[in-house]
Amino acid sequence: MPEHIVVAYDDELRDLAGRIAEMGGLAERLVEQAVSALTRVDTGLAQRVILEDQRMDALQRAIEERAISIIARRQPMARDLREVVGAIRVSNDLERVGDLAKNIAKRVIAIEGHYHPKRLAFGVEHLSTLALEQMKQVIDAYTQKDLQAAEDVRNRDDEVDAIYTSLFRELLTYMMEDPRNITFCTHLLFCAKNIERIGDHATNIAETIHYLVTGIQITDDRPKQDDTSLTPIDFTPPTK
Amino acid sequence: MNAPLPPLAGPTVRTLPPGGFHAPKIVARDVNVYYGPKHALKDVGIDIPEKSVTAFIGPSGCGKSTFLRCLNRMNDTIPIARVVGLMQIDGLDIYDPSLDVVQLRARVGMVFQKPNPFPKSIYENVAYGPRIHGIARSKAELDEIVVTSLQKAGLYNEVKDRLGDPGTGLSGGQQQRLCIARAIAVSPEVILMDEPCSALDPIATAKIEELIDELRHNFTIVIVTHSMQQAARVSQKTAFFHLGNLVEEGPTDMIFTNPKETRTQDYITGRFG
Repeated sequence: MPEHIVVAYDDELRDLAGRIAEMGGLAERLVEQAVSALTRVDTGLAQRVILEDQRMDALQRAIEERAISIIARRQPMARDLREVVGAIRVSNDLERVGDLAKNIAKRVIAIEGHYHPKRLAFGVEHLSTLALEQMKQVIDAYTQKDLQAAEDVRNRDDEVDAIYTSLFRELLTYMMEDPRNITFCTHLLFCAKNIERIGDHATNIAETIHYLVTGIQITDDRPKQDDTSLTPIDFTPPTK
Repeated sequence: MNAPLPPLAGPTVRTLPPGGFHAPKIVARDVNVYYGPKHALKDVGIDIPEKSVTAFIGPSGCGKSTFLRCLNRMNDTIPIARVVGLMQIDGLDIYDPSLDVVQLRARVGMVFQKPNPFPKSIYENVAYGPRIHGIARSKAELDEIVVTSLQKAGLYNEVKDRLGDPGTGLSGGQQQRLCIARAIAVSPEVILMDEPCSALDPIATAKIEELIDELRHNFTIVIVTHSMQQAARVSQKTAFFHLGNLVEEGPTDMIFTNPKETRTQDYITGRFG
């Protein structure tokens, strides 16, 4: 696309995209560190994640302010307008991802000193690998405005949902096996839900990319694989 | 009674809103305009829907004003101008040689870039058209037309106590609304506006835009504007002209959020080289 007649306008749009990329990188790192703090029960790392989330919030505010200023001063049209609105939406999603990572980190501090057999967290780690891959790809798709890559991310979200559902069942069986697992597993369950939501935010970003590139909002519903809210578990108390 | 219209053809990109536009008031097909050797408009075809606002946008010299002036044969006044093609208002050929141009211009009124009231009183400015067209049969009827026209133009309350004062003594925005009152006094069906706000301040502009929005319930309005924001605010349909071609036309929402043509996109986003 050719440059704008007003060169400063191009600089401002580039600056906006640059900040989104920075936020995306930071979001990925926070999620990675939060999960790593969880599997190792590393409260020091967890504290750092909680602190760093403030930078996410600051970045998000900065992006929003700049986007509003561009709208006020330049009255962007067509693709420029979609790009500015897209930046606001993506920064909101990323800010939420930061919050979810922070919530995982807080749980690490809560479970410290409790009974926490490491093998119980394997499933969560696996789920986070997948969600992180989704985040990484969607941020790349955003920087390159790659419609196909965004579509792939969107289609892969049901994998995250499916793993989350099976993890939900797995953690419930651990709790039934040994009541000492209940505290840790409950926290793990929330962490898993957080990670599943991170996947949803990646999907949101993919949909924003679609709108940004084509000008068309995606309306069709994706097939939902997360049916934990409909999953009953029969519980038979252990007999001694 | 009329031969069926040729379909809209040519390279123009066209988008229809989901419910379609209003029925066309004016149709143009394969319109070409020459100023001497200069080919100013090339194969322009468009339907102008009735009782809505159609905006023409494009860089200077793209042909948008030329096309607007074809609609009430204002180009007849330019000796070297030659208009070829089909243009109809309600199925009536605008360029039919037997057509009375004065009658046509009573049906298709015009408001210009610079407010140009006659050097007469406010009352006379508005009464002039109805009088020469013999619309009013009595003084009372003429008074009535003057008052309602001024009311429709949103000017009456500001001038009701000084209808005898010269029209040229009003402020720029008031003069422009006086010109709109003068245009609507002869009960036209179509009002052409050639950059009606470019000489006005933002407040006067907002008043004219508000007026346009009200007038569209009773009139078909075609507006040429250099302000993209204005086109986006007041119109339902937008047509983009470039180098004498009608590049793209469609619902205003579409043109300003998701135009199909690269040239449209480049122009409205400020990328034209």
